[in-house]
Amino acid sequence: MSFAIKKQGEVVVVDVEGQLIVGNRQELKQKVLDELERGEKKFLIDFSQTGYIDSSGLGVLVSLSKKIREQGGELRLANLNDDLKTLFELTKLDTLFQIADTRERALESF
Amino acid sequence: MHASDATNGAAPLEHVRLVLEVEIPSDVQYIEQIVDLVKGQVEALRYAPRQVALNVPVALSEAISNAILRGNNENIAKLVRVRSSADPSCLIVEVTDEGKGFDLELCTPDPTTPENLSREDGRGLFLMRKLMDRVERFGEAGNVIRMTLHRQ
Repeated sequence: MSFAIKKQGEVVVVDVEGQLIVGNRQELKQKVLDELERGEKKFLIDFSQTGYIDSSGLGVLVSLSKKIREQGGELRLANLNDDLKTLFELTKLDTLFQIADTRERALESF
Repeated sequence: MHASDATNGAAPLEHVRLVLEVEIPSDVQYIEQIVDLVKGQVEALRYAPRQVALNVPVALSEAISNAILRGNNENIAKLVRVRSSADPSCLIVEVTDEGKGFDLELCTPDPTTPENLSREDGRGLFLMRKLMDRVERFGEAGNVIRMTLHRQ
């Protein structure tokens, strides 16, 4: 499991490869916060290569969303498969995040 | 004729129970590997793809991380035991830690209410209950969580 970060235009795109769980959530958080500290404002987290997400992974996404907003930035999520969509629906986090079906749509939405 | 003759050598798993027992130190880095082992059990018994990819991994990941973080306070010397028994009708997983147990009811405020929605924590037990058919706590000290999931 790892997190690949690259810049696409003005947007910092993070690919979550593998699981986003208690054992690695801090790594994701730190990577995104480092970019935020560098002055980046637009963030997209892409889940096309993600297996499952646990409650602490969801918690990190909520935390990052708050911190990005506090700095005047925006966070989008993209490419949740049906199982992950179900997870967001169960927790009603689909109402808290802006979620796009594809990376392209997410990029266009900024 | 033997039962296996009818299936060209591959014996059906209709009457098979797969049992796994693992003990791990209280380190969250072990969770993913244990989850993969239990996923393998339900996958072999042809549980529904969603149960294999979502229900079992997320609920079990929650149960083990609760045991490590809350039950054993991440004390690496303390063990978490995972016992998983799966047959073609249901999966029963028990996660045991060395802690004093906790009250399930007190630990499950609804994380989906507007005032709780933007909280970072408090979704673990909620998800276990949503994703499993039954979640029980027992053991002398209340330090065992048992989760049951019926195959779909």
